[in-house]
Amino acid sequence: MAFPHSPLFPQVTPKAVRRIVLEQAMRAHVGHIGSALSVADILAVIFSGRVDSVMDGSVSKDRFVLGKGHAALALYAALHLQGRMTAEVLDGYCGNGGTLGVHPERELDGVEFSSGSLGQGLSVACGAALAKRLKGEPGRVRVLISDAELNEGSTWEAIMFAAHRKLDNLDVIVDVNGQQALGMTKDVMDLTPLVPRWQSFGWEVRQADGHDTEALVASLGIMAKASGRPQVLLARTMSGKGVGFMEGQIKWHYWPLSDSDFTAAMAEVERAA
Amino acid sequence: MRKALVRTLIELAEKDPRVLLMTADLGYTVLEPFAERFPDRFFNVGVAEQNMIGLATGLADSGFIPYVYSIATFAALRPYEFIRNGPVLQKLPVRIIGVGGGFEYDHAGPTHYALEDVGALRMQPGLQVITPADSGQCRSALLHVHGGGGPAYFRLGKDDVYAVPGLSGRFEPGRAHVVRQGNDALFIAMGPAAALALRAADALSVQGMESTVMVVSSMSPAPVEDLRALLSRFPFAVTVEAHYATGGVGSLVCEVVAEHNLDCRVTRCGVTRNPSGEQGDQEFLNRLHGISPEHLAAAALEGSRRAAAKRSGSAVKPDDWRAIGFPASVEPVKAPPPAP
Repeated sequence: MAFPHSPLFPQVTPKAVRRIVLEQAMRAHVGHIGSALSVADILAVIFSGRVDSVMDGSVSKDRFVLGKGHAALALYAALHLQGRMTAEVLDGYCGNGGTLGVHPERELDGVEFSSGSLGQGLSVACGAALAKRLKGEPGRVRVLISDAELNEGSTWEAIMFAAHRKLDNLDVIVDVNGQQALGMTKDVMDLTPLVPRWQSFGWEVRQADGHDTEALVASLGIMAKASGRPQVLLARTMSGKGVGFMEGQIKWHYWPLSDSDFTAAMAEVERAA
Repeated sequence: MRKALVRTLIELAEKDPRVLLMTADLGYTVLEPFAERFPDRFFNVGVAEQNMIGLATGLADSGFIPYVYSIATFAALRPYEFIRNGPVLQKLPVRIIGVGGGFEYDHAGPTHYALEDVGALRMQPGLQVITPADSGQCRSALLHVHGGGGPAYFRLGKDDVYAVPGLSGRFEPGRAHVVRQGNDALFIAMGPAAALALRAADALSVQGMESTVMVVSSMSPAPVEDLRALLSRFPFAVTVEAHYATGGVGSLVCEVVAEHNLDCRVTRCGVTRNPSGEQGDQEFLNRLHGISPEHLAAAALEGSRRAAAKRSGSAVKPDDWRAIGFPASVEPVKAPPPAP
């Protein structure tokens, strides 16, 4: 095991994250469910504390930026499960006067950057990683971006910068679910071959099943051992993962749940291991 | 003004380890003194302005005070949404330095002109927008803003050639400065355009017409109270800026006049059309686009004539002002067309 300590937040499990995502999406009657389910396992691993690289007492020195802000509901679920967000705040999701929108805001404890505009998170994470280096501060900066964010030219500006400056305290996780708002990435803007593209920009590239928590823990553990280069984990995922009728379906990028959808989806999540 | 910038940044960096300087591959023969003195705090991030603002956001969030440098239009407009979602939305002390207002990059052509940077940025709440009129004011504005928590945009001139008489390096956020007093006409200039207004005032003075010239360098926060107090004393005002007539100081003055119900007619001298296919030096382009001293003088005379006509209740006859005549050094030109 790459990390010596036990999970600090064993209650942050993929199943618990998925349950909250469905409940809140249903209550608020909003979409972006497929994207949140796509990253549920990744966020559960990061927010369980299993991959925290440097601890100051019980506080992690690692930082996390959610580049794909539209998956914020999964982030809120993780923060709630950690105990950093009350049930009352969580129940304000997409309500009037609440603090939780479809995209996360920095005013919330646990949100490093107000994201939602694609192609900005990686630049900000590079700045945070550079700041850690300038201050001689230990720990990782992790940023989770979507594969469609690789459509944005600014993402590639940041990719070049991180490699040129050898930001080896920066770990990028790409949620490679192969789909975006209006279609499959191969049809909208083909990203293949993805591995050599990152490699040719000077990055250390790893791949893992983005729904296999042990594989994610292992990959992030290897990445945390600084190698002189920035690192990217291409997490192969499925949009809507865990709810059969949502998996790989474009419509569940935006679609909200009906009562019967919700009952079926929750039953499937509860049945899962 | 660029030299004043670098001298001031070195001074700040000596005292404050949070100061960093980033450039998007511009500033040849300008930034070297800082880079040599603080090689670990200077970053050429390549020609990538969006990433530069994103980096600065992450650095400012981590406790640094990054100054980011480029030509004004590239610094302000290319990464506009990064500025909005980064330092503005998250209230972080990123200092954006844009060099070359208006037609300062004259022969470089229209891609290098900054004509809407101030208007676009002064809409952003909490972003200080500062257009220093000269090097002395540039230095004091940088020092004044440095310790503050929020973001700021500085539109700086390229060269260190002109000092506005009477300004003496004064700067205060939300305040404007009167650098010439007179009762017959009022000019309100955005930053370095004060030089144009002062030349117009000189020409009018020869005719026996004395002008007040106010310099507005703190475009945001706007000097609303100073403007209100001055505008309430004059029946007409001529605004001037090296900027489109919409969005800058002319618009600001109109906002103040309208919101305070002042009895003051405003003539905005600013650029009103797309400057494409018209090469020339800065003075030529200023004249072509209606922001030369001659245009300002003509606009003031027109304003004065209309005010007099209004007082006497007589109809305004066009082109009467030509009868007043100009000194030989100032060629009369037609009054600028009204801004759209």
